Amino acid sequence: MGGAPVSPRRPPSPVRPRDFGKKDAALLAMSAVSSLALVWVVFYQLTLLSGAFGFLVCWYACFLAMYWMATAELVDRMAASDRIVTVVVVTGAAVVVGLLLYVVAWVTVKAVPHLSWALFTKDQKYFEVLGPHALSTVGVAHAVVGTLEQVGLAALIGVPVAVATAVFLNEVGGRGTRLVRTVVTAMSGTPSVIAGVFIYSILIINHVLGYSGFAAALALFVLLLPLVTRTTEEVLRVVPSGLREASLALGASEWRTVWSVVLPTARSGVITAVLLGVARAAGETAPLLFTAFGSQVMNANPFAHPQSALPLVVWTNVRQAEPVLITLAFEAAFVLLALVLVLFVAARILGRTKSGDRRHGRRGTGRRFHLRPTAVPVDLTIARTIARGDDR
Amino acid sequence: MNVSSALMPTPTIPSLKQTGGAASLDATGVHAWFGGRLVLEGVDLAMERSSVTALIGPSGCGKSTFLRILNRMHEVVPGAQLAGSVQLDGVDIYGPGQRAADTRRHIGMVFQKPNPFPAMSIADNVLAGLKFSRISPADRHAVVEEMLVKAGLWNEVKDRLRELGGALSGGQQQRLCIARALAVRPRVLLMDEPCSALDPTSTRRIEDTIRDIADEVTVVIVTHNMQQAHRVSHRCAFFLAEENQPGRVVESGLTPDIFSNPVDPRTEDYVNGRFG
Amino acid sequence: MAITTNTAGGPASSQIPNPIVVRNDRRADDRAFRGIVRAAGFGSLVLLFFIGLFLVLRGLPALHIMGWRFFTTSGYQTLGKHPSFGVLASLYGSVVVALVALAVGVPIALTTSLFLSEYAPSWSRRTLIALVDLAAAVPSVIYGLWGFFELQPNVVGFSTWLSHHLGFIPIFKVVSPPVTSSLFIAGLVVGIMIVPIIASITREVFSLAPPGEREGALALGATRFQMIRSVVLPFGRGGMIGAIMLGLGRALGETIAVAIILGETFAISPHILQHGGSTIASLIAIHFPAGGPNGIADLLMCGFVLFLLTIVINLAASAVVNRSRSGAGVEL
Repeated sequence: MGGAPVSPRRPPSPVRPRDFGKKDAALLAMSAVSSLALVWVVFYQLTLLSGAFGFLVCWYACFLAMYWMATAELVDRMAASDRIVTVVVVTGAAVVVGLLLYVVAWVTVKAVPHLSWALFTKDQKYFEVLGPHALSTVGVAHAVVGTLEQVGLAALIGVPVAVATAVFLNEVGGRGTRLVRTVVTAMSGTPSVIAGVFIYSILIINHVLGYSGFAAALALFVLLLPLVTRTTEEVLRVVPSGLREASLALGASEWRTVWSVVLPTARSGVITAVLLGVARAAGETAPLLFTAFGSQVMNANPFAHPQSALPLVVWTNVRQAEPVLITLAFEAAFVLLALVLVLFVAARILGRTKSGDRRHGRRGTGRRFHLRPTAVPVDLTIARTIARGDDR
Repeated sequence: MNVSSALMPTPTIPSLKQTGGAASLDATGVHAWFGGRLVLEGVDLAMERSSVTALIGPSGCGKSTFLRILNRMHEVVPGAQLAGSVQLDGVDIYGPGQRAADTRRHIGMVFQKPNPFPAMSIADNVLAGLKFSRISPADRHAVVEEMLVKAGLWNEVKDRLRELGGALSGGQQQRLCIARALAVRPRVLLMDEPCSALDPTSTRRIEDTIRDIADEVTVVIVTHNMQQAHRVSHRCAFFLAEENQPGRVVESGLTPDIFSNPVDPRTEDYVNGRFG
Repeated sequence: MAITTNTAGGPASSQIPNPIVVRNDRRADDRAFRGIVRAAGFGSLVLLFFIGLFLVLRGLPALHIMGWRFFTTSGYQTLGKHPSFGVLASLYGSVVVALVALAVGVPIALTTSLFLSEYAPSWSRRTLIALVDLAAAVPSVIYGLWGFFELQPNVVGFSTWLSHHLGFIPIFKVVSPPVTSSLFIAGLVVGIMIVPIIASITREVFSLAPPGEREGALALGATRFQMIRSVVLPFGRGGMIGAIMLGLGRALGETIAVAIILGETFAISPHILQHGGSTIASLIAIHFPAGGPNGIADLLMCGFVLFLLTIVINLAASAVVNRSRSGAGVEL
């Protein structure tokens, strides 16, 4: 064989071999349908069970059994086991995505019919709960203001401290780095209610502070701090060390290097970290219970008097008997959800690379790292940092 | 369309229990794409049963890609596509109804970088392929010994079969991988530069192994080392990719012919070391 | 020039100089910088210490009153002449909710992460990962809302069925219906909430499994699941355990969703399918700071127990992961 190179001709069309063809898809569909029919008959006709949940569970189990038997018969046993696993795995993912969409859609559907501009302009001061147009007399303006102020103050105090701590851990280092890092990790798992209780028992119980938005901001700061610290640390770690060395070689001092070189390079990442921390803080309810305490009226002064917040409105009204109050809870929940979503999306957009995709593979396995964290809710980022073994 | 006949399985490669020893492998019109880019064009190659075929040529010419097409590993890469047919004793492994996992039990592979399972013991590593095929041999120890002997590793590890597979040296690991691949009694064994990361002693042992098993297993080996190709193979195929062109087989034939009087001038340049 | 050789075999003559000690006298502004930054770092230490300290200090009266019986008593009678309160019931509740949450959340999370790392087509992967991350960002009060109004009515039938068929097991017995506002249902909701955390870590860990080993398994004729079982899962074992522990910590600390489901009635029951029960976090959320000084002390002490528990679990989780092959397999 061999000889002169093959004269150019049109190559045949490429294919990608698949183990799962039309016949296999048909088998899957038939198993699903026949198990559904079987369970339907047994469930509703022959027995007197009820509930959508139980039906789904029964159908799923029956479907798996049928599919396994059919595949084992018609293909072979190993393919059967493999396909069952595939079905289970896909189900898991579908459940997660489905539940998420379910929750978001449900809150939206419950709240949207009652939305109006009053929502953002009124508070609960003139709320005529039992009146005919109750919903037009109430809004969540006070809660929105409260959330924004509390979270804003918490970020104002928290971000500099968190960034400074991250700089300590990553740039300065030295003795105590491991200890501080361990402490930050430990703190990140603290239940949010403890933060609120702590601020209460240290400041409010002895009347240093009263119930106020500022106290809530302090509690949120306690929550915010470990999360933003770890994320920022991760972002700083990805800044190439060559940049620092170049700056030092030019005679810059350490702090100048950090301030003018490292931080600007990591700026988007730090902003993303902050946004994610803020999103998390905005959604927290428990720390507010004994610090901001909640209020029915607008209180724009975070330093005095109880203040409302979106999660608090939801919490206070969710278990009430009056349907109007429950609707109010839904509306507040919707606004809160929208706020968190906006922050999340903003963080992700910022997390996407703007000026080209700077990839800095810092590991020999060739994994690429973006310079900004991939916009993950902050406790997930910590979790992932732990998973990657960055706890040195 | 008759539903029941539509669901009946098409004939597959004879099951493992009917192994008939070494098989022939015929590639016809094989093309390969990665992400839409054609990287291998029009390869026709016949690998006879019980022969050793060496695929030689400079880096990046598609030798490994072609090898991976032979045991359906090419499609593991996302975005990879192919065309053409590969026939194992006359049955196209890419035919309808053929399953990749079945094919790979008949056509085994040894990789460039040894990859024993580090969490399994040496004995379990050897038996791993059998476990995947749900075959439990009557005498597991005999199988382990036979395979390790064939791979030339038995004497070194016979006292420590329970140790983890990752605890061996590079050359030992590669021989363990060969033993593991042989344990499922494949009809063809593909080897992708198996010695490139190893020391000369291990290389020699592995070449001995290739010679020993050639009767029962057809071997196809990709190698950069021309002397090795000359030593172990019966036939050679020379792959080349000119600039901005996909890889092609320039020439193939009996090894002595390829090396002493190649037909194509490019082959002659390559085997005489003028480029590579 | 004589060439000095060392013929006698004695110690080499000291011609090698001692290394100089490099002194880096920093400028004033750098020292200030380091000082500030170090202060911030140790500030976290101080903060954590203070949290623990205050919880203990202000919770100590509870121990004074109850002694060690604090840990063996249930109940919340904090007023009156003979107060009786303890952490037992709420600790039990926290543990039950966390265990149910793990039982529900871990399978879903593991299947999801396997799907994302092994099965999902590449074009969809990024979106799906974003969705899972979004699920973690949804505030817990919203999960509580949904769980209370949507999930609960649909699960009640299942709870009833369980109590009929598995009622011989004491915890599944329903002594006093209804079956709403139960620890079981709270556990279900929390289980859904911890899925993103566990899924996220395990997905990262699974995707780090060495491709060489994966291909080795496939080339031996393994099906995809066989490959996962022999390569990916053993590799990711440490990460899985760490992830589950982190999920456990989160489940123990979840406050508001549980509080919404369990509600304000303080009925203690070991039967998880029927109404009643509380977790430490939900107890604090609902009752603090009521109950008089005893109540506050009681709740603070309970809070301290929870605080310690979550810290220990978090630290253990990160230790487990770091020592594992998947967590330790990367270094700079």
